[in-house]
Amino acid sequence: MNMINIEGLNLSFGSGSNESKILHDVNIQVKAGESFGLVGESGSGKTTVLRCLAGQYHHWSGQLSVNGNSLQHKLDKKRCIDMQMVFQDPYGSLHPRHSIETALAEPLKIHKMDNKDQRISSILKKVGLDDSFRYRSPHQLSGGQRQRVAIARALILEPQILLLDEPTSALDVSVQAEILNLLKELKEKEGLTYLMVTHDLGVVTYLCDRVAVMQNGHIVETISSSNLANHGASEPYTKMLLDCCYHTEARLNDTTSFAN
Amino acid sequence: MQNTKLEVKNLQISFSHEGNQVNAVRDVSFSLGQEKLAIVGESGSGKSTVGRSLLKLHPKNATVEAEKLLFGDIDLLKASEKTMRDIRGRRISMIMQDPKYSLNPVMKVGDQIAEAYLAHYKVSKKIAQEKALVMLEKVQIRDPKRVYSLYPHEVSGGMGQRVMIAMMLIPEPEIIIADEPTSALDVSVQRQVLNLLDELINESNIGLIFISHDLDLVRNYCDRVLVMYAGRVVESIKASELENAHHPYTQGLLKAPPRIGDIRHRLPTLERDPSWLYN
Repeated sequence: MNMINIEGLNLSFGSGSNESKILHDVNIQVKAGESFGLVGESGSGKTTVLRCLAGQYHHWSGQLSVNGNSLQHKLDKKRCIDMQMVFQDPYGSLHPRHSIETALAEPLKIHKMDNKDQRISSILKKVGLDDSFRYRSPHQLSGGQRQRVAIARALILEPQILLLDEPTSALDVSVQAEILNLLKELKEKEGLTYLMVTHDLGVVTYLCDRVAVMQNGHIVETISSSNLANHGASEPYTKMLLDCCYHTEARLNDTTSFAN
Repeated sequence: MQNTKLEVKNLQISFSHEGNQVNAVRDVSFSLGQEKLAIVGESGSGKSTVGRSLLKLHPKNATVEAEKLLFGDIDLLKASEKTMRDIRGRRISMIMQDPKYSLNPVMKVGDQIAEAYLAHYKVSKKIAQEKALVMLEKVQIRDPKRVYSLYPHEVSGGMGQRVMIAMMLIPEPEIIIADEPTSALDVSVQRQVLNLLDELINESNIGLIFISHDLDLVRNYCDRVLVMYAGRVVESIKASELENAHHPYTQGLLKAPPRIGDIRHRLPTLERDPSWLYN
């Protein structure tokens, strides 16, 4: 059974002559325990897909279902327990005046869960922090530690799915490695399903099993990571992205192929 | 390396805060000719601080000391505010990281480019405007007339960054300091912007200081790399020889990012050794 099933997802903003269509018939199937990547350039609609799933946009049309339950347009508590999101910028996504404990306790309070104290301790341990972090404020943490807190906050409701929106693009390469290791570890231990948005193909092939390439709101190609790495991509757009990302072989002299 | 443009010897920068001294940069020395020099390191390693000190952009609580801080024959340490105003933008200019925050949101992008020219040359507004249009064309903006009268929120990130490059190049500087000029951009746009910058600096013999945390990017783009850790230069190496870097920090940075088709199960993380600070 598919953990996430997206069929014919369409979304547009504005109306009448100002209407602009953001997503065109997006289809994505993610199996339980799989990690699935969405790549593409800015404005291609990859984050928008996540936002539809997370319930931040309500006016989409099409079929969304998670764990066999089809999603309503309105956000309900059940969906939050199934699915949580980690955002790109750990500096902006934590309340600057709330201690780490308050930030982690809030979802527990909303969902009326018991054993708050214990849950917070154990989730901090899971993401590689200890109890001493509880009473600190976000400004006392480094970027990597903040992203760990953001992951802890997403995981504290014990969801089965994590939606990851460029979780490492605001971090240094060395810290990025730590966070990617953590995500990989958590996935293996907890059997989580990931849907990750990124524009770094290196990150995507490292963490994800399959990848969908998006351009202008369309999915141009869905391909397995290993196939992608072995030059199995057939779409020119995917090849172009690959070309840009091949750090080691990249030669910076060919602008002609993708002038604006 | 012929005709040195910039010479820095034992640069020290510290900030005092409520009676505490924080040493942000220690004993940094380098010289720059007509080449592309990269300064690489993690956040907080002092790379931007070095870049800013060349233009004296630091707040009052900063102390900048050096045995030598020479730009041509001007001693930047002793230079008056007036001399600095003639240098900033005109002879040494700086491209910032994020076009979203570095452009004036309530001014047309074309006027911002023209303003950069007007600030340093005594010409009429009309000539400055024409110059700006030529410059927009030079940075490969297709329809310069239309783009001239757009506001920053109406242009894409890549276009915004090209506008910034146009603005920095129009006074014809001798040195450009680019502080992570592409880290806010997509990979595809990133390459376009870098190629463009490359062409333009080759054309006008500009020296480039390229501040970045991306070693992979830098190794293909720059001639020489200074690797900074905690305010010190731990290694200075030719970009083409980066593969053979011997410092464990440089090696750590090189190994950290996942590459396409990576088969490593765990990525190596940096083991920081306190002794790096004392060599």
